[in-house]
Amino acid sequence: MSESQGELLLEMKGLRIEGYSDEQWHQIVKGVDLTLHRGEVLGLIGESGAGKSTIGIAAMGYAKPGCRINGGTIKFDGMELTTMSESKKRKLRGARIAYVAQSAAASFNPAHKLIDQFAETVVEHGKGSREQAYADAKELYARIKMPDPDRIGFRYPHQVSGGQLQRAMTAMALSCRPDLIIFDEPTTALDVTTQIEVLVTIRDIVEQFNTAAIYITHDLAVVAQMADRIMVLRYGETVEEADTRKMLSAPEKDYTKSLWAVRSFRKEDEAPAAEPTPLVKVENVTATYARGLVPVLRGVDFEIHRGHTVAVVGESGSGKSTTARVITGLLPPQEGKVYYDGQELPADYHKRCKDQLRQAQMIYQMADTAVNPRHRIRDIIGRPLSFYLGMEGDARERRLRELMEMIELQPDQFLDRLPGELSGGQKQRICIARALAAEPTFIICDEVTSALDQLVAEGILRLLDHLQRDLNLAYMFITHDLATVRAIADEVIVMLQGQIVEQGPKDDIFTPPHHEYTDLLLSSVPEMDPDWMDRVVNERREKGGLGAAGN
Amino acid sequence: MNEPGNSAPSTDSVPPPPRPSSSALAVAGRELWRAPFSAKVGLLIIATYIFVALFAPVIAPYGESEIVGPQFDVWSEDHPLGTDHLGRDMLSRLIYGARNTVGIALLTTLFAFLLGGTCGILAATLGGWMDQLLSRTVDVLMAIPALIFAMLLLTIFGTSIINLILIIGVLDATRVFRIARAVSLNVVVMDFIESARLRGEGLAWITMREVLPNIMPPLVAEFGLRFCFVFLTISALSFLGLGIQPPTADWGSMVRDTSTLITYGDITPLLPAAAIAILTIGVNFVVDWFLHKTSGLKDEH
Repeated sequence: MSESQGELLLEMKGLRIEGYSDEQWHQIVKGVDLTLHRGEVLGLIGESGAGKSTIGIAAMGYAKPGCRINGGTIKFDGMELTTMSESKKRKLRGARIAYVAQSAAASFNPAHKLIDQFAETVVEHGKGSREQAYADAKELYARIKMPDPDRIGFRYPHQVSGGQLQRAMTAMALSCRPDLIIFDEPTTALDVTTQIEVLVTIRDIVEQFNTAAIYITHDLAVVAQMADRIMVLRYGETVEEADTRKMLSAPEKDYTKSLWAVRSFRKEDEAPAAEPTPLVKVENVTATYARGLVPVLRGVDFEIHRGHTVAVVGESGSGKSTTARVITGLLPPQEGKVYYDGQELPADYHKRCKDQLRQAQMIYQMADTAVNPRHRIRDIIGRPLSFYLGMEGDARERRLRELMEMIELQPDQFLDRLPGELSGGQKQRICIARALAAEPTFIICDEVTSALDQLVAEGILRLLDHLQRDLNLAYMFITHDLATVRAIADEVIVMLQGQIVEQGPKDDIFTPPHHEYTDLLLSSVPEMDPDWMDRVVNERREKGGLGAAGN
Repeated sequence: MNEPGNSAPSTDSVPPPPRPSSSALAVAGRELWRAPFSAKVGLLIIATYIFVALFAPVIAPYGESEIVGPQFDVWSEDHPLGTDHLGRDMLSRLIYGARNTVGIALLTTLFAFLLGGTCGILAATLGGWMDQLLSRTVDVLMAIPALIFAMLLLTIFGTSIINLILIIGVLDATRVFRIARAVSLNVVVMDFIESARLRGEGLAWITMREVLPNIMPPLVAEFGLRFCFVFLTISALSFLGLGIQPPTADWGSMVRDTSTLITYGDITPLLPAAAIAILTIGVNFVVDWFLHKTSGLKDEH
C-alpha cells in the first residue's frame, strides 16, 4: 500500500443517480464527490441501500437498468463519461476499467471454460491474439497462486471452488491491464479461510500492477486491510472520508463511530449452571444424502443445556446445517439418536407429536424466504398461536401485541403489513416472533445475521440475548462468523467435513492451544488492525502453509 | 441486495413510508386508471360481452331458435344482419351465442383449473411416487393430439354439453397441471414451506394457504389464455358438428351453418368468427397487462 499521490485518474463531482420504483424516481446517490489517483485503493463502505455499488458502477459510466445518472460529472483520465457515447464507453470497459462482482459463480458463463472467458476480453478489445491471451492467463494464474496454473483455465466454472473462481475473476479483470478495477464485495460470499486467500491475491495484484481500485464492502475489517483511503456512505451521501489509519483510529462522525463499535457487543451474563439432563442431546449421529451415497455427518455427538447458547462453526459444506436438519427431523439419520429432555425423539418429523414440534423452533438465514410473502404479519405470527396453543380472538390479539413488543416493533404499525413492506432486519424480527409464539425451549438459529448489515445484525443479536435471559431459551447458533460466536456463545462446536473437530466452553476454544483447523479458522477472521493481514501472511509463510487452505 | 430501485434505506430505525389507502375498491380503481390503453380496450370488450350474455333476452330482437323469416334473408330493417339457413334472426342468435359459447367455455376453463391446479400443486408438494404417477399420466394424455382426442371421446360418450365440458376440461387440465406443478416447485423449496412442515401443518394448509397464494399470478394469467383456447376448441368442435348441438345458438356452428353464403360474397358467416376473434384479442390484452403487473411485483420482493 503505497502512499501514492500519483496522477489523478478518476474524479466524480456532485454525482447524482436516481432509480425508478413505485412509479416514481427516487434519488439514490445525492451529490457525491470522489477522487482516485493512480495506484490508489479507495474503500467504499456503508450499509445496503447506501448507494455504494451504484457509485462503483457509475465509475464505468454505467447505471443499472431502472437507474439513471441525473447530475454531476465523472471524469476518467480526463474523459467525461456522462456525455460519452455508448460505443466509446464500451471500449473503456474491460480494457481500462474492469469490474469484479460479488458472486463470481453468477458472473461467469457456465457454458465456457475459464480461460476462454479470459481471452474473450483481450481479443474483443484487440489487445492480442487468443494464443497470447492464453499464455498471459497462465502467467497470471501462476502469479495469484492458483493450483496447476497451466491447466486450471481449461476447466468450466463449476469445476473449481468458490474461492478459486473469485480469484479467476480477479485475473480476468486484469486481462487487459486496466487502470482501474472496481471490486464489488468480492469476498462477501466466501468462507473466512477462503476470504483471506482472495484478499491477499487482490492486494498483491493491485500493488504489482499499480492499478487503482475501488473496493466496495460492508465489512470494516476487510476494508481496513485493502484500502489506502476509506469513504463512508449513508443514504447516498458521503458521511466521512479519510486515510484508512486515521479513519480507524479517530473517526469523526457519530455514524462512523457506531459502525466501528458494532463488533464490541458481548453477552454480559454467564449462562446458568448446566442441569443434569441436557435439553437436547445428539448422540453419535451419522447421516447421508442421496440414499446413503453421500456421507455428510460422521459420529456427531453433543449436548445443549437449558438457557445455553451453543455455536456451531465451520465453513460451508462442513455439516452445520445438516446437523440442524437431523435435529428437526427433516433428515432422519442413518445411525444415532436425538434426545429431547431425556426422551428420544422420533427420527422423522412426521412422527413427532405437536408438542415435540412446538418445543424446537427454527430461525432461518434468509428472512425473505422464511416468511410467506402473501401472508400478513398478523397471520404469520398468529398461526403458531392458534395452531399450537389454540388461542383465538382477544387472547390471540393480546398475545400478538405482546410478541410484537418483545421484538421491539410497533404492533399497530406492522401487524397488517405484508413482509415485502418490511426491511431485512424487521423481517428477521418477525421470524423471531413466530418462533417465540410457539413458546419453545430451544431455537435453532441458522446464520440468522449473515444476510444483514452489521448494525442491524447487532440489534438482532442483542434481542436474541435479551430474550434468552427472559425466557431461559437454549440456542443452537449456526454461523461461519466468529465475531458472532465471540459475542453470544457459551459453548462452541467446530465442524470440518461432517465431523466435530473441537468442542467446549467458548473461552477454552478461543484460547490456545487450538486444534490445527480451529487455529486456521480463528486466524483467518479479519481484524480492524490494518496490519493484520500482513502479520497473518508472514506467520503462515513462516509455517510454510499459505495457499493450501482455499484449495 | 436490492440497492438500486429501492432508495428506502433498510435500517430498522427509519420509519416506514405511510401506506397508501388500501381498500380493495380504491386499489382496483387506481390500477384501472393506470392501466395501459390496450388493457382498457380489452376490459371494455370483456365487459360488453358479459353484458350482452347476461341480458341476451332483453337485447335480442327475436328468440334464440325462433324462425322469423325466409332462409338466408339479406340485411334489412327487420333483420339487421339477415337470417340464417333456417330463417332465424342472425343478430339474435349472435347475442344468444355469447351466452352459450362464453358460458360453456368459462365453465370448462374453471373445471380445467380446478382439476389441473389441484393435481399440479399436490404433485409438487408431495413429490415422490405421487408426482411420478400424476406427471406420467399427464404426459400420456398430452401425447395424443387434443382436438382429435376430444372428437374421439365425444363420439364415444355422446355429444351432450356435460360431456363437452368434462372432456375438454380434462384435456386442458393437463396444460394447467404442467404450469401449476412447475410454479409450485419453485415455492415448495422455500424456507416458509419447510417452516410450515416443521410446525406440523397438514397437507390442506400447506397447499391452500402456503403454496396457492404464491402461484396465483401465473395461474390467473394462464386462466385468460386457457379460456381463449377452450373457447376456440369448442367453436372448432361445433363447426365440425361435435360441439354444442342445434338449436342452441353457438358461434362455431353458426359459421358452419351459413358458410354457403361465402360463395356469394356475403360476409355474414364471418360475423360469428369476428365475435370469437374480438373476445380472444380482448382477453389477451387484459392477460398481457396482468402478466406485466405481476412480473413487476416480483421485482419488488
